[in-house]
Amino acid sequence: MVTVVGRDRPGIVAALAQALFDAGCNLAEASMIRLAGTFTVMVVVACERDAAGLEAVLRPVAERLGLRVHVDPAAAEPGPAPEPDVRVTVSGADRAGIVARVAGALAEAGVNILDLESAVAEGPRGPIYILHIEGQAARGIGPVREAMAAVAREGIDVSVRPVEPVVG
Amino acid sequence: MAVLPILTYPDPRLKQVSRPVERVDDAVRAFIADLEETMRAGPAAVGIAAPQVGRLLRIVIVDVSGARRANPDHHGRMVLVNPEIVEWEGLAVGREGCLSVPEYTGNVVRAERITVRALDERGEPREWRCTGYEARAVQHEVDHLDGILFLDRLVSRRTDLFRRRGR
Repeated sequence: MVTVVGRDRPGIVAALAQALFDAGCNLAEASMIRLAGTFTVMVVVACERDAAGLEAVLRPVAERLGLRVHVDPAAAEPGPAPEPDVRVTVSGADRAGIVARVAGALAEAGVNILDLESAVAEGPRGPIYILHIEGQAARGIGPVREAMAAVAREGIDVSVRPVEPVVG
Repeated sequence: MAVLPILTYPDPRLKQVSRPVERVDDAVRAFIADLEETMRAGPAAVGIAAPQVGRLLRIVIVDVSGARRANPDHHGRMVLVNPEIVEWEGLAVGREGCLSVPEYTGNVVRAERITVRALDERGEPREWRCTGYEARAVQHEVDHLDGILFLDRLVSRRTDLFRRRGR
């Protein structure tokens, strides 16, 4: 698992991917996204090198583009990635502790979060917080609805929807 | 009756435009039976299109009755020959997978309510109003007839209709 962060500029992905390709590495699942001016990369890399060897491969690129690189060993996951079966969207006036409140309730309801992204948007009456979560509900969607109903009573807009892919 | 082999991406036949059925005859109905058997043999499929088995004909089958999320007003088993979606309304993000793209699902924006016109398996013209999950399945299958896979319509996980409306 290679983690890279640095001030966003054009060419970061290209330079990293080229360096990894030249070193005989294969890229697998990745999340690469700009967060508040910082470009962040998390990518699973399959290669023969150990963590130190991989860091050495990436060092020249990191120095040239001002990036911080970190490599962790990651066990290969057998089979396809787990699929989400519940989607939770939360929005409301931005205030401290929303994520902790929502994530705590979801954890208690048996949800394993697979994907979370959030944003703060400027609304006419102050900042609006938007949180979008996809996860697996180990005990089904019922407990998730109950847990989120309790959160909604605190004045936060919450929607809980099942995810069932159309396969055809 | 036979279970037919399913083409998988990147087979180039999945990207071709299928031609209309000229006459719904016994040969077409025999093929429809095979197509349906193939769909039902698959893992939890709610639809199938003829080009997925390499027959470039405008025929799809949809049956969402086995899906937990199926909207209560669904039509059960639908055989659509030369289907045309003539009305669209509303937009929703939903997750899709495909028999031809195994082990991957992704989010796609589709119309929430549609009207589809097609011939049924007797060759009679019919019209269906579909909503929600069923409307999504019909749109996914009709796309196959034009060589379009859900991969061509994937939206970023950051795509969020709530935010779009807010702009």
